Amino acid sequence: MLEIKNLHASVDGNEILRGIDLTIRRGEVHAIMGPNGSGKSTLASVLAGNPRFEVSEGTATFLGRNLLEMSIEERARAGFFLGFQYPVEIPGVSMANFMKLAVNEKRKYNGLEPLGAGEFLKLMRQRAEFVELDPRMTSRAVNEGFSGGEKKKNEIFQMAMLEPTLAVLDETDSGLDIDALRVVATGVTRLHTSENATIVITHYQRLLDYIVPDFVHVLYHGRIIHSGDRELALRLEEQGYDWLIKNEK
Amino acid sequence: MQQSEDKILEELTGGDYRWGFTSDIATELIPRGLSEEVVRLISAKKQEPQWMTDYRLRAFAHWQKMEMPHWAHLDIPEIDFQDIIYYAAPRTTPRHGSMDQVDPQLLETFDKLGIPLEERMALAGVAVDAVMDSVSVKTTFKETLAEAGIVFCPISEAIRDYPDLVRKYLGSVVPPTDNFFAALNTAVFSDGSFCYIPRGVRCPMELSTYFRINAAGTGQFERTLIVADEGSWVSYLEGCTAPSRDENQLHAAVVEIVVMKDAEVKYSTVQNWYPGDRQGRGGVYNFVTKRGICKGDNARLSWTQVETGSAVTWKYPSCILAGDNSSGEFYSVALTNNYQQADTGTKMIHLGRGTRSRIVSKGISAGHSNNSYRGLVQVARRAEGARNYSQCDSLLIGSKCGAHTFPTLDVNNPSAIVEHEATTSRIGEEQIMYCNQRGISTEDAVGMIVGGYAREVLGKLPMEFAVESQKLLSLSLEGSIG
Repeated sequence: MLEIKNLHASVDGNEILRGIDLTIRRGEVHAIMGPNGSGKSTLASVLAGNPRFEVSEGTATFLGRNLLEMSIEERARAGFFLGFQYPVEIPGVSMANFMKLAVNEKRKYNGLEPLGAGEFLKLMRQRAEFVELDPRMTSRAVNEGFSGGEKKKNEIFQMAMLEPTLAVLDETDSGLDIDALRVVATGVTRLHTSENATIVITHYQRLLDYIVPDFVHVLYHGRIIHSGDRELALRLEEQGYDWLIKNEK
Repeated sequence: MQQSEDKILEELTGGDYRWGFTSDIATELIPRGLSEEVVRLISAKKQEPQWMTDYRLRAFAHWQKMEMPHWAHLDIPEIDFQDIIYYAAPRTTPRHGSMDQVDPQLLETFDKLGIPLEERMALAGVAVDAVMDSVSVKTTFKETLAEAGIVFCPISEAIRDYPDLVRKYLGSVVPPTDNFFAALNTAVFSDGSFCYIPRGVRCPMELSTYFRINAAGTGQFERTLIVADEGSWVSYLEGCTAPSRDENQLHAAVVEIVVMKDAEVKYSTVQNWYPGDRQGRGGVYNFVTKRGICKGDNARLSWTQVETGSAVTWKYPSCILAGDNSSGEFYSVALTNNYQQADTGTKMIHLGRGTRSRIVSKGISAGHSNNSYRGLVQVARRAEGARNYSQCDSLLIGSKCGAHTFPTLDVNNPSAIVEHEATTSRIGEEQIMYCNQRGISTEDAVGMIVGGYAREVLGKLPMEFAVESQKLLSLSLEGSIG
């Protein structure tokens, strides 16, 4: 569903991605690991369409369409979801209003009628349970005053509401205690089907105990230098990245 | 980061003013300039009694000795008061309520603005006094209201038909000598609305006045007087628009409200005068004195304003809380974009015992605009147990605009409780990006954030207008985030 070829991208004139090749098929879970500054978050941002980053070379095809030509909101409506590393607060806008607009924009894109208030509230209650999010959170303003853990849970809650075809989770595990990590990971696993795919960006193998990846990729200096299965993650945990980076040099 | 944000903001601030059309209406104009003769001429045009002419002349004489105030946080070029036309009137206005003789262009203008003047087409439950340039062209539902004993008519008509009421209350809240613009208005005001709600009557419909400036080179000087007698209730709404022109047009209005014992007046304004273009050329200079007095015990006065228009806004709707246990409220959303400047706020003067006031001010600044809140809460020595709560919030969109707050407290009674809260927040690129990533367009995202921010104030408007105002806020910001 996603095919990335030779993708180059830069920010403020500095090239961060230097030729990414990656193919994601339905039903797959991919983990992207790599040392700090290797370009993991940049890849997520470029796929989402963040205008800060300039794509200088390469292609990305999502569900048969040229992803790079689509606006951020079009990508989202077409089924691309980004779980943010640092979710922002939006004071004055309730989670319920925010999600209702988001869900209905996606439905409109797919030629469906908007959900009525009753149906929507039902869906919201059900999905909040899914990620063990206190349903009272949905009447609060988006992320406002949420703890770090609540913000991450809220990302997974939104993912559950929007049922994306492809979700990219950018360090969703960072800053989570072990209980919150379990809740978030279980949520992601339960949302996984043979029809959708997930890319998990992480520093730690511990997340991969819960979300079992089909593929593990190591990103270094803007390129994928090594791919393997989940055994690779375990080896990285034990030995670090040095053995791979040395090969590179 | 900064650069891309600026680009995005520049795109959002590119929205066009949608009420800027001009109508080709045969208009009677008097020569440019201001003098005693012009004051007499306006008075004569309105067929006013001698007392009114004298009243105007006294105000004019006083105005000549005054200087334009410069204390506001506004940068205004020198205004040449001799270069303004002080009276402009469409040649044909309805006679005896019949619309047959009226220039169809005039009807079309108000239709286009969403203010149909024929009662069968009018908004249900809203009586409208429509004012174009210097005259009231039509007041709807006058007869229906008269059955309840309510007087709702152009003020020029009231001066002739209800001289005792007008003489008693005109200038009783805003004296002719009150300030520079009030003195000017008293000398040259040409129309506006008069409203009297008799004792114990609950006004059955919303009353509203719609002001339209059409003619070029003119100023509009409207005057509104509302008197709510004991135990009565009325909700009043004012709306305004003007064509897009390169020149600056002057609008200097006075609104006076008298609220008797146990009566309540809710006054709402949706001010959408032409704000000028993206470079700050043109736009209306809006200098308004609005003040009400809660004369009797338990009287209640509430001001709600949504200010999106005008190049310059100078306006402080105020409440004098004279009656014991009377209450005043001020709810404001002031939005400035491009090069607009607003200096607006309120004065709450607590004179009576147990008086209460509440101020909720929400400023929104975008583009290169400047938005100031200026407020005074004054508690007199005898105002035992007075209470005030003020909340002043600022929302910034982009990095080139300014938000300022100038609160003044003057408390002379130790039993008074006065609270003030203020916040400043910002719509950032990251918030927009977050909404976009959830499939929400930038326009909807800004509308949602601004709407959420302004909700408390918009909720105070009559229903139909709350929805319209929310749209207006989004439209006014259109293009200010990509």
